[in-house]
Amino acid sequence: MRTIRVQSPGLSTTVQDLGREGFGPIGVSPSGAADPIALRLGNRLVLNAENAAGLEMTLVGGTFSFPEGAVLALTGSDFGATLDGSSLDMWTAVDVQLGQTLRLGPTRSGARCYLCIHGGIAVPPFLGSASTQVLSGLGGFEGRSLRKGDVLKIGPKTQSFRARAIAPQVSKQLSRRENLRVTPGPQADWFPESSLRIFYGENYRISEQSNRMGVRLEGAAISQDHDKRMITEGVSLGAVQVPPQGAPIILFVEQQTTGGYPKVANVISADLHRIGQLRPRDEIRFSEVTIETARSLLIEQEQLLSSKEIIVE
Amino acid sequence: MSAEISDGVRFQAASDQSLLVYFGEQITLESHYRVRDLAQLLKLEPISGVRNLQPAYHSLLLNFDITKLTHIKLERILRGYLHRVSISTLEPGRMKQIPTCYGGEFGPDLDEVARLHGLTPAQAIELHASVTYIVFFLGFVPGFAYLGKLPDALATPRLATPRRSTPAGSVGIAENQTGVYPFSTPGGWRLIGRTAVKMFRPDRPEMSFLAIGDQVRFTPISASQFVVLENA
Repeated sequence: MRTIRVQSPGLSTTVQDLGREGFGPIGVSPSGAADPIALRLGNRLVLNAENAAGLEMTLVGGTFSFPEGAVLALTGSDFGATLDGSSLDMWTAVDVQLGQTLRLGPTRSGARCYLCIHGGIAVPPFLGSASTQVLSGLGGFEGRSLRKGDVLKIGPKTQSFRARAIAPQVSKQLSRRENLRVTPGPQADWFPESSLRIFYGENYRISEQSNRMGVRLEGAAISQDHDKRMITEGVSLGAVQVPPQGAPIILFVEQQTTGGYPKVANVISADLHRIGQLRPRDEIRFSEVTIETARSLLIEQEQLLSSKEIIVE
Repeated sequence: MSAEISDGVRFQAASDQSLLVYFGEQITLESHYRVRDLAQLLKLEPISGVRNLQPAYHSLLLNFDITKLTHIKLERILRGYLHRVSISTLEPGRMKQIPTCYGGEFGPDLDEVARLHGLTPAQAIELHASVTYIVFFLGFVPGFAYLGKLPDALATPRLATPRRSTPAGSVGIAENQTGVYPFSTPGGWRLIGRTAVKMFRPDRPEMSFLAIGDQVRFTPISASQFVVLENA
């Protein structure tokens, strides 16, 4: 059995795949990679199924060794990776020799970097998924972020190494994050015109308090019609909810499954992966699109992701 | 997509990949039964492309694959389901007991809740334990059941500042709701007691202790009984 040894875990590193969907009735949110596109592409580079489990690192990466060697790829944000001291390309499959050490540092771009490994990371599935849900301590590796000294098992090798990389224009296009496109939320009409002008006109800054449950925003407060009384209801991934103080929160992958705050907008499916790359103090703007536009943007994105041309051999 | 109203049913796009179905505009037993009926029918006859369901008090959220379904198409299919909902049979809710040690370190807000309503702590406990509650739905975190209806004489607003951490098993109240925190999580409900019952057990085939529609009673126990149950 091949393994990964965690010499230092980084700031917050968890095992993630594409999550578990369908357990809303028992209060379990899908969880999964915060930037699922980075995980999917990383898995394709190392000849895994797109849903294989990898490591998701946040803001500061860790140091890992591979006593039996491994084929791996780093995707998402650039954490200044080195292999035995030599710098390592992102978005590229690498054949790591036994005993080599991979070292990552603080981010040079967005919030998350993914370490995908041929064979995937082997953990017992919880509700069909390897994803860690940190809040409830379920799934992943012992339901928690990695610690120094952890030893993770790697799934069986099925293919031999092939030098592959993601076409640079594609990774660049997917790395944009300053603009989040949204459709109106189910309570959009609870917000007066003046509030909507602020929401779509101002810049919002990502708060330090953000995590996989929710991304908290700082900026101009958004007031709402206080005569309306909200009844708790199911909430969608990427919902922008507005508590009474007026500072919006984007509900994210480990979101609560129901909520009692009105939602002014919802990030479109094609931009959800961008949320996963937002760092504290980044500035974003919201722009509104129709549901029809949102659907065509996702279909275009999926066509790009499934095209053969994005992988260069 | 614009909201439409007919038979008290309203469809509302929640995002590009989700649709909310509302039954009326308030919390009633009737709306609860209609939510359960539709959720039950969708479980028996799943719609291809629908990936997740989230029942709540008077609404059901459906998440779907937008490369396979549109809001309009899904709404049309759901209208067909709603016409048939009366012939679906709801399973009767099970009766569940939650032995609870009230007050003291386990229920740090009990005295304050009692005082706000002009009750003694003992009266507040008696009132909380006097009602058979219904599980309206599970939400927030795995295994958290929204139980109602809490007697008006105990209905209390949430804490102005939520606790950073609420111990697992804490029994809380908020407005006309009561519930048990399955995990140690942040929480804004007022804590009146604690149970040793594990509300979410990932090692069991049925992970959640409670399911939508269950009937629940809280039974007061002493601190020593709590310790016995916790170590059982």
